[in-house]
Amino acid sequence: MAASGLKLSFEIARVHLLSKPKQTIIAMLGVTFGIAMFIALVGLMTGLNDFTEEITMTSSPDIHIYKDVTEPRKTILEELWPNVLVSVHSQKPKNEMTKVRNASRIVEIIRKNSLVRGVAPALSSQVFYNYGPVQLNGTILGVDILQEDKLFDLKSKMKNGRIEELLANREGIIMGSGIAKKLDVKKNDRVVITTPEGYTMTLKVVGIFQMGIGVVDNVRSYANISTVQTILQQDASYITDINIKLKDRHIAKNVAQELQSELNTKAEDWETANATFLTGVIIRNIITYAVSVTLLIVAGFGIYNILNMTIYNKMKDIAILKAMGFAGGDVKSIFIIQSLIIGLVGAVAGLIIGYGLSVAISKAPFNGGDIVSLDHFPVNFDPKFYVIGVVFGIATTAIAGYMPSRKASKIDPIEILRGQ
Amino acid sequence: MTPVLVTKKISKYFYEPEKFQVLKEIDLTVNRGEFLALVGKSGCGKSTLMYVLSTMDTDYEGELQIAEQTLTGKSQNELSAFRNAHIGFVFQFHYLLPEFTVLQNVMMPALKLGKFSRQEVESKAMQRLKTLGVDEHAHKPSSKLSGGQQQRVAIARALINDPDIIMGDEPTGNLDSYNTQLVFDIFNQLTHEYKQTIIAVTHDEDFASKTDRIVQMSDGRIVG
Repeated sequence: MAASGLKLSFEIARVHLLSKPKQTIIAMLGVTFGIAMFIALVGLMTGLNDFTEEITMTSSPDIHIYKDVTEPRKTILEELWPNVLVSVHSQKPKNEMTKVRNASRIVEIIRKNSLVRGVAPALSSQVFYNYGPVQLNGTILGVDILQEDKLFDLKSKMKNGRIEELLANREGIIMGSGIAKKLDVKKNDRVVITTPEGYTMTLKVVGIFQMGIGVVDNVRSYANISTVQTILQQDASYITDINIKLKDRHIAKNVAQELQSELNTKAEDWETANATFLTGVIIRNIITYAVSVTLLIVAGFGIYNILNMTIYNKMKDIAILKAMGFAGGDVKSIFIIQSLIIGLVGAVAGLIIGYGLSVAISKAPFNGGDIVSLDHFPVNFDPKFYVIGVVFGIATTAIAGYMPSRKASKIDPIEILRGQ
Repeated sequence: MTPVLVTKKISKYFYEPEKFQVLKEIDLTVNRGEFLALVGKSGCGKSTLMYVLSTMDTDYEGELQIAEQTLTGKSQNELSAFRNAHIGFVFQFHYLLPEFTVLQNVMMPALKLGKFSRQEVESKAMQRLKTLGVDEHAHKPSSKLSGGQQQRVAIARALINDPDIIMGDEPTGNLDSYNTQLVFDIFNQLTHEYKQTIIAVTHDEDFASKTDRIVQMSDGRIVG
């Protein structure tokens, strides 16, 4: 009984929609446009977010352990009289080395941690690259190149040469593509580097890498740890950074805090290090959802209007349906079904068009310039957003359709049947 | 003679623009197979009475019984289902659903009833259309028919669920004399051959005079 009633309501709804195709299509287009824009926008925005996150994460560790010389420390007065209130103004940092104490022991401890995917010690130094008359500022990173590859997949970033060549060549250097271009050096060329302390050394370029991020490619070079220790005139235990990659980067914050208290050194997680970038992600998400919700609300008003008009034009029909035994609920279902059909068909069309737009955007050429190596827009095709789009579109139309439908169900047939 | 419709002291008030008693303790019994005309001057309450009898108007005092069921106090949904199964309507304006074909219009109350399969409903509807001589228009959109044809389709629709009563509000009010005669003949045939009960509100004295029973109303009372 109820099923046959609903089937009949569906049939009537279908006939109503088909008898005014123009009106129906316009109502659907509102939803289609809203959903298509949502899919295209959210695909592009999250695509960009994922791309920047990935590219940031390929070049930076999940957790970075280093000696923070600006970390507040106890003054001598406080150490001498711990129970006395003392105040020292304008305390300067000590002239101490940026060395991480007991680096090799720390590396061993961390390597045993089951949450850790890889750990690599490194030391970095400011240098000037000299090539002929050109002198450029940059950094040189002393690494265990095989460990570093485990963390950052250096092999896939090599434009020229192989990372193993660094192992064979004690005075070798793998150079960022940006700095190599500026210095106009190629593989097997020699460059002279100078430290701020004045130490000079000639190194041979054994490879060129490209991370895809300007801030890295334009300044960084890799060398063996011992080479950099020599440049800095330090002993073999001198390590300034320990980089860690976790199996799940999203727990980095907690792990970093544990390590910091356990090892008594500064451990910084990637979220803290990249706070500005994460703020950008949040803002982009807010914009995406705000624009999409606005579009869908506009579409909802369109459906509300069209259904209201339909119901106004169909007062007589509603009255006769009620006279022949359709209950208020039956009448309501006729119009709610209409709005749901509009919503569903509109939303599915929106998904298809949104997908088409996303494909078009992902194929559009885009020059990322020196900042990022990007030749077209990254677009996210996560099915999650398509599900959100459909659910949201149908929910909007259901709400927009409910109010006029309820009004239709409350129409008093006598007023209309007698009113003529 | 079995009574199919009984009212007990039905009164009704209008409150706009001021309180006014439009029906005054109406007692009416209609027997099965009767062709009854409800007549009276405009404003005497005959249409108001018919809408109370139709179960669509529930705002009255007294009691209404149709087909041995007391309908007073039932919910709107129960009354809708009751109308669907027991009452057929024919109005002055034909009120067919314009987007549907003639056949679909006639089938609709039966599909709503849901007692028979679609095939059974369809053959029954065709049979009704044939009885009323409009079967050749079955697959046309209802809006393409003339007034007289539309009214015959409306009668076929009223008959589809074999109702206990057919109620008509000025069923010939919008028809020319030829079609008025046609509709009268159909009603007459239905009452005399099929024992169909018909209550029709009408202005048309000629039409009323030929029915089995005339109920005259004046100032909210039955006067004859």
